[in-house]
Amino acid sequence: MSDDLYQQAIMERAKQPVGAGRLAAPDASVTVDNPLCGDRITLDLKLIDGTIAAVGHQVRGCALCQASASVIASTAVGQKPAAALAGHEVLRGVLGGSEASAPWAALGIFAPVRRHKSRHDCVLLPFEALARALAQAKPA
Amino acid sequence: MSGATAFDPAAVRAQFPLLMRGLDGGPLHYLDNGATSQLPQAVLDAMIRFETTSRANVLRSVHRLAEAATDAYEGARLDIARYLNVPGDEIIFTSGTTSAINLVARSFGEGMQPGDEVVVSLLEHHGNFVPWQMLRDRRGITLKILPVTDEGRIDLSALTRTVTKRTKLIALAHVSNVTGAVTDVAPVVAAARTVGARVLLDGAQRTPHGPLDLPGLGIDFYAFSGHKMFGPTGIGCLWAKKELLASMPPLMGGGEMIRTVTVERTEWADVPHKFEAGTPPIAQAVGLGAAVRWLMQLDWTSASAHEMRLTQRVLDGLGRLKGARVIGPSGLQGRAPVISFELAGAHPHDVCQILDGFGVALRGGHHCAQPLMDHFGVAGTTRASLALYNNDADVDALLTGLDAAAAKLR
Ligand SMILES: Cc1ncc(COP(=O)(O)O)c(C=O)c1O
Repeated sequence: MSDDLYQQAIMERAKQPVGAGRLAAPDASVTVDNPLCGDRITLDLKLIDGTIAAVGHQVRGCALCQASASVIASTAVGQKPAAALAGHEVLRGVLGGSEASAPWAALGIFAPVRRHKSRHDCVLLPFEALARALAQAKPA
Repeated sequence: MSGATAFDPAAVRAQFPLLMRGLDGGPLHYLDNGATSQLPQAVLDAMIRFETTSRANVLRSVHRLAEAATDAYEGARLDIARYLNVPGDEIIFTSGTTSAINLVARSFGEGMQPGDEVVVSLLEHHGNFVPWQMLRDRRGITLKILPVTDEGRIDLSALTRTVTKRTKLIALAHVSNVTGAVTDVAPVVAAARTVGARVLLDGAQRTPHGPLDLPGLGIDFYAFSGHKMFGPTGIGCLWAKKELLASMPPLMGGGEMIRTVTVERTEWADVPHKFEAGTPPIAQAVGLGAAVRWLMQLDWTSASAHEMRLTQRVLDGLGRLKGARVIGPSGLQGRAPVISFELAGAHPHDVCQILDGFGVALRGGHHCAQPLMDHFGVAGTTRASLALYNNDADVDALLTGLDAAAAKLR
């Protein structure tokens, strides 16, 4: 059954995503597509003194993609880029069968996605956007 | 059809081993036929028989096995030709719709001059869109696009202002893989004739729904895939009139497409072999031949009525589901059993995933028709595409699952 994917923890995140909407004057802004399904996320970042100060996102995608973007917005704010990027690895770990570790423990809600290989990219897409946005924001 | 046996949906379904096997111990409600259909036992048997009794290369050797292989391969071509009411030597085997259309773009298309025009529509599958964009970039032709109506049909009222003396080809879906709309071919052919343009139909979504009379349609090219019409993957066809094919250059050079080769030059084989360079997918061609023979022994008046009755049930069910919007014709007129819809607030992939839990196989996404998705302002749709082996239990499971998905996702 795939019903396990749509548990409360994921659906709450998806229906009321933290950070939904664009930022007014972002330091970095990227749009990433999943060519297979047509999902798209635009992610904005604001950095102050090398720390992530705000995350905004606009997702045209499934509940999993929305929920993932929401976890980023609620976790990455206040983090240094390296700590934020570590979330990508934690999520890959969760999809591979490991536990989610702090400060990215919230990614544990995606454990049920592990069995659904075709949906891994849905949760990973916002993290790909985050990585690209951080690369863009890096002072030259 | 004369000599056709009566159509018994349960008996038809029983001939599909995968459908009878079900999925993980439960029933399988396979409603993703627009992507790929399942194989009846007759097709599997024909392919195994070929591989175990007649496997050899075709059109090369004189030993008995090679003759049997050539007979099987060429026999399949004749069966497919009968399904379309055309001569056998006008059927070219390709790997599918996409390669058939690319063949036309690369061969017929190379004869076009900068400023010549190809007309497509906004609802085309990328397979009948991207090859023409590529031709545009290669040859400097102009690509013109017919709009679609609110019901998801190609807007043929735009033909007169779109088709000009420079138009060389009008290439349209016979049936939309998204909206299920059946294109009214006569006005397209009439518009093409006034300027001497050719007409290509992408028949991928039409050929699974019964035999055709291609000469009666008055078109010039027809492309389709075996795997969507109860045949194997890796095989499909291009049909065109012999004189037209004879005037077109071959796409690939190699074995099996030549008459004589000297160091200086090569003389092409006759149509259709001119377009079939290299060893073809022989067992797949044999399988497709078996598929059309299987299709031709059915009573298509009853089979179509069955498909349409189930389509109406799906449309009625969607009409009752809050937040559901059908993207396509609202009635059965000029419609194939391909039904796309949007469920407000729910993403197609989430809908499909929840329906998978009910044993219902659907497709969600852009269906390789992104320009059309943009037109309707959606990222994607959820699509149920029916075949003659579907039944009321499939529709029941779909509608029950959609209720659950709506409750969960909204
Ligand atoms: C209308 C239409 N055209 C073209 C194609 C491409 O077919 P194939 O992938 O078999 O080449 C499809 C199938 O996806 C289709 O539905």
